[in-house]
Amino acid sequence: MTQTELPRNTPPDKNPQVAVTHTAHPKKWKWYDYFTFNIDHKVIGIQYLVTAFLFYLIGGLMAIAIRAELATPDADILDPNLYNAFMTNHGTIMIFLWIVPSAIGGFGNYLVPLMVGARDMAFPKLNAIAFWLNPPAGLLLLLSFLFGGSQSGWTAYPPLSLVTAPVAQSLWILAIVLVGTSSILGSLNFVITILMMKVPSLKWDQLPLFCWAILATSVLALLSTPVLAAGLVLLLFDLNFGTSFFKPDAGGNVVIYQHLFWFYSHPAVYLMILPIFGIMSEVIPVHARKPIFGYKAIAYSSVAICVVGLFVWVHHMFTSGTPGWMRMFFTISTLIVAVPTGVKIFAWVATLWGGKIRFTSAMLFAIGLLSMFVMGGLSGVTMGTAPFDVHVHDTYYVVGHFHYVLFGGSVFGIYAGIYHWFPKMTGHKLNEFLGRTHFFLTFIGTNLTFLPMHELGLQGMPRRVAMYDPQFTSLNEICTIGAFILGLSVIPFTINILWSWSRGEVAGDNPWRALTLEWTTSSPPLIENWEVLPVATHGPYDYGHSPEAQPTATPEVSA
Amino acid sequence: MTVATPSEHHGHDAEHHPDLRVPGLLTFLISESLMFGGFFATYLFFRQTTDVWPPEGTEVELLVPTINTIILVSSSFVIHFGEMAIKKNNVAGMQWWYKVTAVMGAMFLLGQVYEYLTLGYGMTANVFANCFYIMTGFHGLHVFVGLLLILGVLKRSQRPGHYSATKHTGIEMAEIYWHFVDIIWIVLFTLLYVLTQF
Ligand code: HEM
Ligand SMILES: [Cu+2]
Repeated sequence: MTQTELPRNTPPDKNPQVAVTHTAHPKKWKWYDYFTFNIDHKVIGIQYLVTAFLFYLIGGLMAIAIRAELATPDADILDPNLYNAFMTNHGTIMIFLWIVPSAIGGFGNYLVPLMVGARDMAFPKLNAIAFWLNPPAGLLLLLSFLFGGSQSGWTAYPPLSLVTAPVAQSLWILAIVLVGTSSILGSLNFVITILMMKVPSLKWDQLPLFCWAILATSVLALLSTPVLAAGLVLLLFDLNFGTSFFKPDAGGNVVIYQHLFWFYSHPAVYLMILPIFGIMSEVIPVHARKPIFGYKAIAYSSVAICVVGLFVWVHHMFTSGTPGWMRMFFTISTLIVAVPTGVKIFAWVATLWGGKIRFTSAMLFAIGLLSMFVMGGLSGVTMGTAPFDVHVHDTYYVVGHFHYVLFGGSVFGIYAGIYHWFPKMTGHKLNEFLGRTHFFLTFIGTNLTFLPMHELGLQGMPRRVAMYDPQFTSLNEICTIGAFILGLSVIPFTINILWSWSRGEVAGDNPWRALTLEWTTSSPPLIENWEVLPVATHGPYDYGHSPEAQPTATPEVSA
Repeated sequence: MTVATPSEHHGHDAEHHPDLRVPGLLTFLISESLMFGGFFATYLFFRQTTDVWPPEGTEVELLVPTINTIILVSSSFVIHFGEMAIKKNNVAGMQWWYKVTAVMGAMFLLGQVYEYLTLGYGMTANVFANCFYIMTGFHGLHVFVGLLLILGVLKRSQRPGHYSATKHTGIEMAEIYWHFVDIIWIVLFTLLYVLTQF
């Protein structure tokens, strides 16, 4: 990357709140800076978001291939091995290369320093390294198709993962270790940035809820990811170096792998959902123009989810020969997680209640998320109870459930975040008409695709199969139609992004009149975020009174 | 490829930038120790579910690892003398203690190689051997990284004025990492060597 030129005369700053003191200052990055090892957290955030979206498209195409295959009972489009490879890599890409990197890496990197009033993350170079571990990981996954593609599902359970496509499986492991390393380095950076770099004027009880969420997420990632790494290292050795940790005939034990895997992957669902909860807590009060209801309850419930989330992983193993007392313990602890989650849902609904709701695209996606997540959460509670889970385990009921959570809960939130912060990132608003079209296609598509899956599961259709009994055909056809609608929904979105980025309505510094600190700088922000670091004069959600007239936080926030 | 560091061409000297590397390293080490935690848990699971542990033919040797343990644990004190020296602005003293630590670390690694060569069974013999080699091997890798950090400190300390009583974060970080490696070893030694005797 070439050193950016230093313009002599900086145009007067657009933001009246900020005094212009420096002039020797490159104002903004050039487009090609986004393709380099850049260490600005804003560049890295956008790099994460765009890369993740590209992987989302790839994973989405795989999903559509899968659904096309499932439109008929026979395996007539993909042969079963390829079906398995698509199914595995679809899940892996969606989780590890789309939701986690965009929600944590993308929004986290872009917003956290701006929200806490810092010039950058604590360790900018480490941050860039963390990002650049992601593209090679994705390439390894795609490369694995040359060797048959890993076929054992995104969980890579042995013994299946030890007997199918060993080279592809090893590439899969390397890819996951890369994204895991990325996630550990990124999380460490977030923890230190939030704990040590917030401007002193921003009190802990004024910290935006998104930052609380990222803090809890990061702690969770730091504690759980290395355990997965340990499990994957053992799997790699079993595959390639003749050890037998997970080979029952040689004294090994497959259940150990499941423990190591779920100790990470149960928290991983919170890694995906907590940042989204954070986005919700920012979007809803701004677009409903009301102080958020229950600030402290939301902040603490993030921390509570983080703690309890570490102790419930065995609910994924109710059918793995888990002894009765363990089923009991983990049923109860699992149901307990529903409480802090419910607290959040309740707080958002209470915030909406009586608010002056603006039905912007961001708000539509946020409300869409609420409805879908309640559905996914409820079906999750049903499966958290061991007796019911034993019944629907490995059926399409599970697939329906986790897509309500992952698609309805996470993707909707990412979209809401994009519509909300796009003006800050680019200086342009997204087009509302295209945004609404995008929303309605997505909402209809999601429900058409995933609602019938619950019924399919209750009727007994197993998951992870390319062929099924003809009695399930009509419901599967509905799912497939829904999937194609979902595929279409990406088109208005992509057009919107590309067009608005250069030509969209100019947004101004604070188009939503939001109160968090990122809106006090220009759009897009200067390279070092502010000329002079901002001073927090009011809480992040103090709507209903003019911010200028509020010298300090209102009593209700600082009590 | 040049990396633009915005703060280089932009004067924020008035703003106070605390050095966050030490808390960063500590956070990282907490995370790292959970990876070892995964290995330890796996090992304990197998120990619990296998009748004869370690299985016949894969008994561990105690003499070399005990000497190794003594070396590694005492090196943790030696490296601390180095930090005390630099706090008194004594660069030469620091260098001496860090050199001694490096030599002790290298002896530890040699001892481990010797142990591997003389044990008579390889990594693939049985689950115990699997665990044994993976756990000691991963730890050895960490000792090696620690050794590189110490050598890096020694190299930098040759630049005049690079480290001083007030400026020695790099030295401190190498030391913290070394203590971490030591603590992991103590747990590992207890699990793999001491517990197999009962
Ligand atoms: C276009 C939208 C999508 C469609 C049509 C779709 C469809 C499917 C289908 C048919 C399966 C196979 C289920 C099975 O046989 O077990 C599957 C698996 C999966 N999907 Fe999706 N999906 C979509 C979006 C997503 C998104 C956004 C995520 C986000 C994380 C996701 C995560 C997963 C996961 C984790 C699996 C499990 C893979 C495995 O069992 O290894 N999907 N999806
Ligand atoms: Cu779970």
